Amino acid sequence: MSTPAPNHPPVNRRQFFRDGARLAAMTGLGAFLGVAATRSRASQNTVWQIDPSKCVYCGQCATACVLKPSAVKCVQSYEICGYCDLCTGYFVPQPNSLDTGAENQVCPTAAIERKFIEDPYFEYNIDENRCIGCAKCVEGCTRFGNGSFYLQVRHDRCLNCNECSIARVCAGDAFHRVPASEPYVIKTTAHE
Amino acid sequence: MSLRRFGIAAFALLAPLWNGGLALAEQRFPPPEFETGYKMPAITTPAPRGLAMEYVDVAVLVTALGVAAWLVHRKRSRRGLIVLSLFSLVYFGFYRKGCICPIGAPQNVAYGLFNPDYAIPVTALAFFLVPLLFSLFSGRTFCSGVCPHGALQDLVLIKPVKVPLWLEQGLSIVPYIFLGAGVLFAATGAGFVICRFDPFIPLFRMTGSFFILCLAGGFLLTSLFVGRPFCRFLCPYGALLRLGSLVSKWRVRITPDYCTQCRLCEQSCPFGAIREPLVATANPAALAPDRRRLGWLLLLLPVLIAVGAWGGSKLSVPASRLHPTVALAEKYLDPKKPAPTPGSATPETLALTRADENAEAILTTAAAVRRKFDVGGWWFGGWVGLVVGLRLVSLSTRTARADFEPDRGSCYACGRCYLACPNERVRVGLLSPAEAAGLNANRAASRVAASART
Ligand code: SF4
Ligand code: SF4
Ligand code: SF4
Ligand code: SF4
Repeated sequence: MSTPAPNHPPVNRRQFFRDGARLAAMTGLGAFLGVAATRSRASQNTVWQIDPSKCVYCGQCATACVLKPSAVKCVQSYEICGYCDLCTGYFVPQPNSLDTGAENQVCPTAAIERKFIEDPYFEYNIDENRCIGCAKCVEGCTRFGNGSFYLQVRHDRCLNCNECSIARVCAGDAFHRVPASEPYVIKTTAHE
Repeated sequence: MSLRRFGIAAFALLAPLWNGGLALAEQRFPPPEFETGYKMPAITTPAPRGLAMEYVDVAVLVTALGVAAWLVHRKRSRRGLIVLSLFSLVYFGFYRKGCICPIGAPQNVAYGLFNPDYAIPVTALAFFLVPLLFSLFSGRTFCSGVCPHGALQDLVLIKPVKVPLWLEQGLSIVPYIFLGAGVLFAATGAGFVICRFDPFIPLFRMTGSFFILCLAGGFLLTSLFVGRPFCRFLCPYGALLRLGSLVSKWRVRITPDYCTQCRLCEQSCPFGAIREPLVATANPAALAPDRRRLGWLLLLLPVLIAVGAWGGSKLSVPASRLHPTVALAEKYLDPKKPAPTPGSATPETLALTRADENAEAILTTAAAVRRKFDVGGWWFGGWVGLVVGLRLVSLSTRTARADFEPDRGSCYACGRCYLACPNERVRVGLLSPAEAAGLNANRAASRVAASART
């Protein structure tokens, strides 16, 4: 019953033109596939990531991400951390005292945990559920310390937007697409 | 910036460890040697969504397209399409958050073609090509039940109002222009504007800037009363699908069998896609003015393209400002740029500081992008001219058709018109043949009325 109505002749001039155009379009799509497939060098997907050496701590990571809170979080490279008592990523300049008092902390959300290890060393951890990616600690640590705090797009949160909203406004032009097989830029040496 | 530099320099003096020791020890504060057997925690690197899952997306897309084609052409079931739309809305919309979708995929393709450093993801390529391929055979089946944007607009449509034909035809060139702009900005690396101004993705994600949420709300409200406003007047991928379905192998047929010209289907399409029968004129002389107009329009076409290209080239400078590096270079060269002051660093002043430090590289990049836009502007303008010209041409051509038929390009294959047809109702058993015969009498009456009018 769903066959075409009999009063439509199956082949007429228009039909012929259509068949030709369809064939041409299919050839075009095939050629397109060929060109597109050969033009791309790496045959894998990409994700967004921050190059820590280009970040200028502008704060857009906290505000421009489509996610609230941002998918960008601070990462701590323990290997290069000095475990300093006076952590310039943790404490504001001239803190009242070197303790966990909120008024002493750089982090607006108190996302950094300070843990005593042994005299005089302290371990600093980021609580990612609290971190908003504002880069305040990153600035303190990188300007005056070893730079073991830096921002990274965390891929368990990131939606991998086709166009990252932070990348557009990043003051340091630090956002790039990186191969999905190496989705992080982990700092292993200070001040790269 | 000199003040800021000065501030940093002053601090460097106070912190001799900072610069002085760099040659010997790369760290300002040497890593501690722990005595208590402390173990460093490992850095966690949660993996992105696996590539395998992306292939699942492609498989779902292909399956959904196949099901949609079957529902439209074989099963002829509006209800089935509603169920499929709901599934697509949930899967591609709310679960996959609307990304990657075919609507944005032309940008990935354009970006990849013009920037060999960028590998077009396999999924983006598949999402771009597969629905187009389907459109060549089964029309806009992607729109009918697979596209989450279309599904959302279609499902919320409660009271469609008729859009005047002139407005519809005028606005229907916007998707092609938007497509051209999307390709231009993607190819030059300025960004993905189609994604940026997509009104429904913020709804799927329940987040977005104030502006984009207002846009989303506006489109959603409009969708209640105007059938698929985004699809008809903005969607750049729909523009491509429209072209594909113009030559599709199978088309949507309102009647399963033969059209009795009862006109019952006429008002059933909320998208104004159903066209009246149009008999070919027996008298060729009557067509002469139309032919002449068509001839003039065809002559006008190259003129329109040329004018468009010229206009486009004028637009290339402002358009290039959408590229962040060009914008920065301009601001950097602007004598009235804001002077950075210590303590109040804004993203803008920080970017200017960066421009100051890498002025040469940034100005070179900006100049290169400008050159791309110079070329791209001509192409874009020419494209707009072509689109306008072809629209005018298509307005003055006539397609003879014997029955009420959906326009191939404008039909979203939503299936609403099927059950408006009494013959279809007979087929599915909702109407007895006798009742249909009554409608056929109606047809005869309307024919008499029509011939009385002429
Ligand atoms: S200061 Fe900002 S970036 Fe650093 S941990 Fe706190 S919220 Fe995260
Ligand atoms: S890609 Fe999207 S979710 Fe990820 S960091 Fe950028 S804006 Fe945020
Ligand atoms: S937007 Fe760029 S410069 Fe600003 S904090 Fe994020 S990575 Fe750093
Ligand atoms: S026209 Fe565009 S938005 Fe509408 S259903 Fe088709 S692809 Fe989706």
